[in-house]
Amino acid sequence: MSNCPECDAQVSITADARVGEIVTCPDCQTELEILGLDPAELALAPEVDEDWGE
Amino acid sequence: MSVGRDAPLAVLTSRVRIEEKRIFDALERRNIPYCHLDERDLSMALADEPVPWAALINRCMSNTRSPYVARLFEARGVMVCNSSQVIATCGDKLLTSLALVQAGLPTPRTAVALTPEAALEALDRFGYPAVLKPVSGSWGRLLAKVNDRDAAEAVLEHKQVLGSPMHSVIYMQEYIDKPGRDLRTIVLGKRVLCAMYRHAEHWITNTARGATTTACEITDELAELSLRVAHAVGGGALAIDFLERADGTLLVNEVNHTMEFHGMMAATKVDVADALVQYVLEVAEL
Ligand SMILES: [Zn+2]
Repeated sequence: MSNCPECDAQVSITADARVGEIVTCPDCQTELEILGLDPAELALAPEVDEDWGE
Repeated sequence: MSVGRDAPLAVLTSRVRIEEKRIFDALERRNIPYCHLDERDLSMALADEPVPWAALINRCMSNTRSPYVARLFEARGVMVCNSSQVIATCGDKLLTSLALVQAGLPTPRTAVALTPEAALEALDRFGYPAVLKPVSGSWGRLLAKVNDRDAAEAVLEHKQVLGSPMHSVIYMQEYIDKPGRDLRTIVLGKRVLCAMYRHAEHWITNTARGATTTACEITDELAELSLRVAHAVGGGALAIDFLERADGTLLVNEVNHTMEFHGMMAATKVDVADALVQYVLEVAEL
């Protein structure tokens, strides 16, 4: 568990999560990046760039 | 088991999405030491400092940065999947079309113009509806279906106002009235790994835009066509998107060099990530 830096909601982090993974806050839907797992640390995910994609 | 910077195999990411997690999973299951590079931390001297890696799985999501990543690593003797040459071709819709047409492969009729006036003239010859695409777009961004000349004029004016120099290369294609789906195959080297349909009500059938997916049989025709497409753009690990004409004829729509494959894995149960890892290990002789 960690808190959303945007709305402070509790965000659960699954056992198979990885550093760098993007999760979505269940409350405010903000995209969050997992910066650390032990202890869990979340930050706002980097913006999707205009030239990103497949 | 992501061991230090000195593992022979590196994986460079922009974000750790399902695809990248599955690649890490596959490497760990196979007990392959690897180094996870985050593109935000990357810096590389062009000479002098030794580079520890023999191979790179390039998962950079930026169409601007990815070709440079590939060139940088290749210049230091690292085998990059996909190669900078393949990225250069597949990252540009016009270069892709030229490679396909030169190889005699079936594609939607395509034309290019450099001014809105010339584009409108080409569209008059072409007929409507037609599709306008940015030459370097991705995720279906800024695709416009134009049903008549009025719509085309409006879109072309917007392109001019947007002002990016890339928008002054106007890429036009006939609109294919596909049966609510398109078809994707994944090719790894000389192997057609799997195939699926993407279904959507909207004419842009893109998984990132909410299309649903189902597995598709790899017929001999589809396999042969896929391998010819892969060869035409330089080979490697590719996702090839096809459209179908009403009579069933397959047309190559797009070739993707940094494929997203979680939809494919769900639809076909094929472990694309593991196959990709195996392919890179083979090519790099690791
Ligand atoms: Zn939140």
